[in-house]
Amino acid sequence: MSRAGIRLGPWALKGSAAITLAYILTPLVFVTWLSFFRQEIPSFPPEGYSLRWFAAIAGNDRFVSGFLLSLQLAVIATGIGLCLGLPAALCLSRIRFRGREALNSLLLLPLVVPGIVLGIALYVFHVEAEIATSLPIVGSLGGLIAGHVLIVIPWTVRLVTASLAGLDRSIEEAAQSLGADRLTTFRRVTLPAIRPGVVAAALFGFVSSFGNLEMSLFLVGPGRTTLPIAIIQYLEWKIDPTIAAVSVLQILLIAAVMLLTDRFVKISRVV
Amino acid sequence: MARLQIDGITKRYGEVHAVRDVTLDIADGELVVLLGPSGCGKTTTLRVVAGFAEPTSGAVRLGERDITRLPPWKRNAGLVFQSYALFPHLTVAQNVAFGLEMRNAGAAETAGRVSDALRLVRLEHLSERLPRQLSGGQQQRVALARALAFHPEVLLLDEPLSNLDAKLRQEVRVEIRELQRKLGLTTVMVTHDQEEALTMADRLVVMNDGAVRQVGTQQDLYEHPVDRFVAGFVGRSTFIEGEVEAPGRFRSAGGLALACNGASVGPATLALRPERIAVDMAPHAGVDNNLPGVVEFVSYLGPAIDMHVRISAEERVVAQVPNRAGGPVPKVGEQVHVGWPAGNGIVFPGVEPVTGNGTSERRSQ
Repeated sequence: MSRAGIRLGPWALKGSAAITLAYILTPLVFVTWLSFFRQEIPSFPPEGYSLRWFAAIAGNDRFVSGFLLSLQLAVIATGIGLCLGLPAALCLSRIRFRGREALNSLLLLPLVVPGIVLGIALYVFHVEAEIATSLPIVGSLGGLIAGHVLIVIPWTVRLVTASLAGLDRSIEEAAQSLGADRLTTFRRVTLPAIRPGVVAAALFGFVSSFGNLEMSLFLVGPGRTTLPIAIIQYLEWKIDPTIAAVSVLQILLIAAVMLLTDRFVKISRVV
Repeated sequence: MARLQIDGITKRYGEVHAVRDVTLDIADGELVVLLGPSGCGKTTTLRVVAGFAEPTSGAVRLGERDITRLPPWKRNAGLVFQSYALFPHLTVAQNVAFGLEMRNAGAAETAGRVSDALRLVRLEHLSERLPRQLSGGQQQRVALARALAFHPEVLLLDEPLSNLDAKLRQEVRVEIRELQRKLGLTTVMVTHDQEEALTMADRLVVMNDGAVRQVGTQQDLYEHPVDRFVAGFVGRSTFIEGEVEAPGRFRSAGGLALACNGASVGPATLALRPERIAVDMAPHAGVDNNLPGVVEFVSYLGPAIDMHVRISAEERVVAQVPNRAGGPVPKVGEQVHVGWPAGNGIVFPGVEPVTGNGTSERRSQ
């Protein structure tokens, strides 16, 4: 290889990284810019800048209650998803049993099935279940939470399994030989060792639940609107920069959560 | 510390015998090394003692207690792993304190024992470091301190030196052995490295295919191996196939008539240690066996010279001669004479199938 060829390699890598980064960031930059436009109809160049759209959010009940519901939903679904995903990941990575691969794929399936399909399927299931049990299931908060748990589980299972795979089993045996029973070993040794994976799992589960639109559309009941649904409903009537302002706040929230967790565990090492 | 008795341990996984009827009695303060090729069952035996594998049959007794069915955390055995297995999120001192904490030792007692243990391995100055900030040798010593701090009744070492580089390994060997003697630790160590085993052991247990082949001191195993496997695994041997024609007369497959010691008539293998064969330019006078041969391969090792000498169309022996100042270094293709007294050869009766990689690696050509 020529000397020029040797130098070209790193530059090609940096170049493609830059293009990818620009591709990801460009919409975010424009949305952020747009949220500060003064005029109601987005057009270029901006007529001026203002913070009125951010102020408008606070005055909009649907956005505020939507945000609170989405937050509540994401926290609860992530909590339940972790409680289910962590033991599942332990089983999948520790115990050899028939159908292990199938179960592994099954638990990742909600990530693969389109949200619309998932939403319709759950809706039909809820209707059938309500008819069969005559319990109020369709459009209930419980039904919505159950649906969100479903989309959190693949993240928790995947990420916790990945950290368990990288764990040296002999540290658990060392703990046991030193006098720790199974539970103590898990609490004192296993859990701290896989903590970055668990935190990353919670984070990704939270984000995917918080931002979910398609599935939630089928599961919300009257008067119960998540933030993404509130945004879509708003967009049906108006296209003013309020939506951009909401998006900016959402981006900031998620970025803050990520940066905060990254201070305590290096997520970059897991994902 | 206590006496450890392994009584007829068998461990089966389905149809596969990982360990077959292993019985060992390890005295208080004794260091016993389980030696064998990978897959010989030595690690499984250690795991049965540690409590990580339940034997299919047999019993393990530590002191007065039958510990066969006890979980690992109730056995009071200190374990050192090949990978050190330090807790990555805890400091050196916290690692060493772990076993004491599990036993609810008081803060003052814990602190005292932790610093005692770290002093034993000369690492007190690193007590606040995290494991990843230590070198391999230091991590290994922390693992040892951790296994000793809670005063276990038995110390179990699973290939503890395999991850260290050669020079460090020689130092740590001596260090562990001296510590073990000083503290009078009943110790079982597993290794596949015969030099390590010979350096450290009071007694060695040679295993192959899940079974014990021979138990004895270094000298027992080297001078009086019970079978061809042991002769090939502990030290080196050249094996010559053939048969004992008459007491004292061995006929090799290549047709050589050799003098040997006793042995009953029938198919047999003659084992020769390389350093027990003399090599000279002139014929040896008054030696039982004296054969002309051609040097085919020479390794200059420094203190000694290794050579492969063809003594018949089908047989070659490995001889090792001391490298004396000014002595001749034989060259490939040179005519030499090899000689050894009958007593230097060991005869194993019967035709033994070659089992385990320990034998096949060291077979003569």
